[in-house]
Amino acid sequence: MHEFSLMQSVLDTVETSARKAGAVRVTAIRLTIGEMAEVVFDAMEFAFEALSPETLSEGAELSMRSVIPRSRCCVCGEEFTHDRYHWACPSCDSLATELIAGRELFIDSIEIEESVSIGDSGLTSDSGSAGEPDSTNEPPVGQGADTQEEPDVIDDGRGAL
Amino acid sequence: MTEIPIAKPILDLNDRLAAANRALLDSHGVFMLDLIASPGAGKTTTILATIAALRDTYSVAVIEGDIASDVDARKIKEQGIPAVQINTGGICHLEARMISQALDALDLDSLDLIIVENVGNLVCPTDFYLGEDCKIVILSVPEGHDKPLKYPGVFQVAQAIILSKIDTMPVFDFDERQFRSDIEHINPHALIFPISATKDHGVKTWVRWLSEQIEQKRRMKAKTAHETE
Repeated sequence: MHEFSLMQSVLDTVETSARKAGAVRVTAIRLTIGEMAEVVFDAMEFAFEALSPETLSEGAELSMRSVIPRSRCCVCGEEFTHDRYHWACPSCDSLATELIAGRELFIDSIEIEESVSIGDSGLTSDSGSAGEPDSTNEPPVGQGADTQEEPDVIDDGRGAL
Repeated sequence: MTEIPIAKPILDLNDRLAAANRALLDSHGVFMLDLIASPGAGKTTTILATIAALRDTYSVAVIEGDIASDVDARKIKEQGIPAVQINTGGICHLEARMISQALDALDLDSLDLIIVENVGNLVCPTDFYLGEDCKIVILSVPEGHDKPLKYPGVFQVAQAIILSKIDTMPVFDFDERQFRSDIEHINPHALIFPISATKDHGVKTWVRWLSEQIEQKRRMKAKTAHETE
């Protein structure tokens, strides 16, 4: 269920960008995810539903574009698409190939509703989305856990999912 | 409604923290490997055998990632080797931020090698860069030769694969030829080290390769130090 960590990172980034842009609400989040990445779309949807409440992204439409893997043959230079298991060059059968697409984990864009602002400084007044820390410099935390630093045992999470 | 381009990797922050870890390790000439395997594949046993073979030549530390407990860290410490235990508390993989904290707890000046034992899992750790020099996957013979086809992602990102518990090959229906052929199809560049850590088979070859990586890293540091003088 590392999708929870991925989604937390998405939401942290989206929250920061949306606030900067003066959003009162995020209406859409668009991601690109390569088929070679270990990501299950259903698990991402589930994580989104679990983690987005009380953030600007609550209720946003989540769309995920998948990317078919693509490789280049190091011997003959052929570029070809393939599945997760077979990378051999279809032209010369070489196994010496290099993956050029299919591992993406990317936030493309978001759509926001802006506040009806009187000024234009970009920073809105608190638009009611208290609760989520604005974590520009904070590392994304798997499940929003508080990190305790101890000399020997680093206890990272709050509890199992 | 306004569209705002973000154009950032989902793991942007993790990757930046990982890059900082890597820069820190590079500046100290410390080689770090991220060891990934399913629970029970023999990660800790392999680490102990690796330590036994290397400890006279290199200074080693271990970062242990587990959902809970410090069983593994204690086993390492019993050998007189520094170990930091990370308890992820339910998170199924290690992240760069956790490694940053663990590195803070280690004396990098005195180290040549850090072995990170990731949480037992063949899926989740795959996409998380920790700042390591390489990812190594251990597959144990009892798990079966079909695992690379079932979990291709992790076998694709591995620079090397340790096939462990090879002494049990006669008991299990493990088709090594099929295993090698599957690896060749999903990661033709991966090295394969068949070992039995408890019977001391193959450990030397694995450790020789690892020593070369450590030496290379040391040379890189020496070269950088020389250039900046």
